Amino acid sequence: MPEIRISQSSIQNQPSPGDIQAAPPASAAESSAIRKFLLSRGNSAIADRGFHWLMVLCALSIFAIVVLIASELVRGSHLTWAQSGFKFFYTSFVDPESKSPLYWDPVNGHFSALPFIYGTLVSSFLALLLAVPLAIGVAVFLTEMCPRILRGPLAFLTELLAAIPSVIYGLWAVFVLVPLMREHINPPLIKFLGWTGFFNDDNPTGLGFVAAGVILAIMILPIISSLTREVMNAVPGSQREAVLALGATRWEMIRMGVLRNARIGIVGAVILGLGRALGETMAVTMVIGNTPQIQRSMLASGASMASVIANEYAEATSDLHLSALTEIGLALFIVTIVVNALARVLVWAVTRGAPARVN
Amino acid sequence: MTSVMPNVLEGSPGFSPCKTHRNRQQRLCTRLQNRSQRRITLRTGSKFRSTWRKGTDHLATALAVASTILVVAPLLAIFGYLIYKGASSLNWAFFTQIPKPEGEVGGGMANAIVGSGVLLGLASLIGVPIGIGGGVFLAEFGRGTKLANAVRFTADVLNGVPSIVMGVAVYGLVVTPAMPFSAISGGIALGIMMIPTVTRTTEEMLLMVPHSVREAALALGVPNWRSVLSITIKTASPGIITGCMLAFARVAGETAPLIFTAFGNSNWSVALNRPISALPLEIYRYAISPYDDQHRQAWAAALVLVVLIVAAVSLVRYVAGRGVLKGAS
Repeated sequence: MPEIRISQSSIQNQPSPGDIQAAPPASAAESSAIRKFLLSRGNSAIADRGFHWLMVLCALSIFAIVVLIASELVRGSHLTWAQSGFKFFYTSFVDPESKSPLYWDPVNGHFSALPFIYGTLVSSFLALLLAVPLAIGVAVFLTEMCPRILRGPLAFLTELLAAIPSVIYGLWAVFVLVPLMREHINPPLIKFLGWTGFFNDDNPTGLGFVAAGVILAIMILPIISSLTREVMNAVPGSQREAVLALGATRWEMIRMGVLRNARIGIVGAVILGLGRALGETMAVTMVIGNTPQIQRSMLASGASMASVIANEYAEATSDLHLSALTEIGLALFIVTIVVNALARVLVWAVTRGAPARVN
Repeated sequence: MTSVMPNVLEGSPGFSPCKTHRNRQQRLCTRLQNRSQRRITLRTGSKFRSTWRKGTDHLATALAVASTILVVAPLLAIFGYLIYKGASSLNWAFFTQIPKPEGEVGGGMANAIVGSGVLLGLASLIGVPIGIGGGVFLAEFGRGTKLANAVRFTADVLNGVPSIVMGVAVYGLVVTPAMPFSAISGGIALGIMMIPTVTRTTEEMLLMVPHSVREAALALGVPNWRSVLSITIKTASPGIITGCMLAFARVAGETAPLIFTAFGNSNWSVALNRPISALPLEIYRYAISPYDDQHRQAWAAALVLVVLIVAAVSLVRYVAGRGVLKGAS
């Protein structure tokens, strides 16, 4: 950018031929006045360069933050890593008294991340199972079927759903969802699906994986559906018209013309929702029950990676305990980065290059 | 928020929608032709087939409508219940008193409201300048460079890091035996979480400022830094404020990173080196407590928090809707 200024001043310094013919002395005086003015203003190159580097510094600090987070997590989990290595993620201990498997016993120094990994995976999977069909249904309705009057308010509502803090979802879940499930949803599940072994009648609290899955589903729905909508909007209108022109019904048009073209992006949106579900803390902590155990029953209480950190980090009993919790955090960090990167790449693959359809 | 993301690879090469789409269309044509041929050959089944297709169409429509209702219902339930419970529990004491000892009825959350203000102020002090700086770099200095792409990707990564992990990292970095839990560490955790959102929206908004505006400033002999600060940023300021408010709204409800950085405090405290209370923290603590009166206060606090956030988001929509930048690109 400074070049522009320099060339400008050099042009100004050369008196034009017309000026010389008309009034040479005046023009010379004028040009020297300009030159004097420009010289007196000083050179802004230092300020420009300083500003440039300040902005670069700001941008680099984003790198620095990520590196600091990663290094801090690695440093904090060093103790556990040195003691149990990779075994930390799959080992289990035996309770000397009851002979039952024991995973997490801070008092006696037994640490294994297995029940938390299980809890995170189960609750996230349940959430996806509930949220994905609904989210795609909402996206289809909003992009292809919805009357124009409803589209704005409904989109705003789903956006609002994303703006509510997770602790308020948790509050609602504790006082409305969990009692509802305890009274009206769990009994039929136990009655009709109890034979599968996934719904056992041994947890009367209503807290557990299913409650966590439902609240997670409500929370990740807006993310999945708004991204799916975006991807579906990126499918060119000519596709729709072509399929309709061949005599397809509206659903066939959506299935063949829209969903097929957008499927990679939809998968990306789902994975992004998964990333959010894996790292979600407060709502899950409040309804999952927080017991470090692995049970086949979906109605049993458990704990997730994020929930155990939220519960125990502030009052960790020993350095090893703190270190084990930090290592769980590190695992969560790495998994969410991988999941998010994958999702971004998939969403980009569909939406880049395609112009947004004007609604 | 989501509309911010996909524009990232806009300029990247190697994707020709026309060709791909033409192939897809050809495939579609053959599929539909096959289908119609089959219908001609199986004349007896044609009536059944068309009814079936129509039926599927109606079924799909019904399912889409049903899923929309299923999604909107819990949202309305959450909002309705929140307003009902919150409004009935709000009173003057909530805004003016500090919490009573556990189990006693009464008291309020004045300290948590002020504490949230302090924490959010600290977070904005950290997050907004760095975020805007990063955005200015991406839009003005680093266009198309490898460094800019890397920064953009890192910002997205930072955006995806779970807030609880952020809390663990900040605990390790800032919390020391000398200063166990403090408002500063909470502010840092929240500030870091604001940076990616502010950066990406600032970049988007600066990219929308027409080149001619910059050129006009430079042609007048304005130094580049001055033109960025008082021309480009000023032109894009409604959008940048939008981004800051969005980040603010997102961070205002964060609880997880505060549990072991700001920690919470049941007394008056605005000291930066002491534990400090915050609304989301109090909601969490009161929600899992056994006392009815604390549940009542949790609902009141939730209502206050949601009103704050919804006000911020609506303000954003209002500003963005009538902003200077609308239509200028």
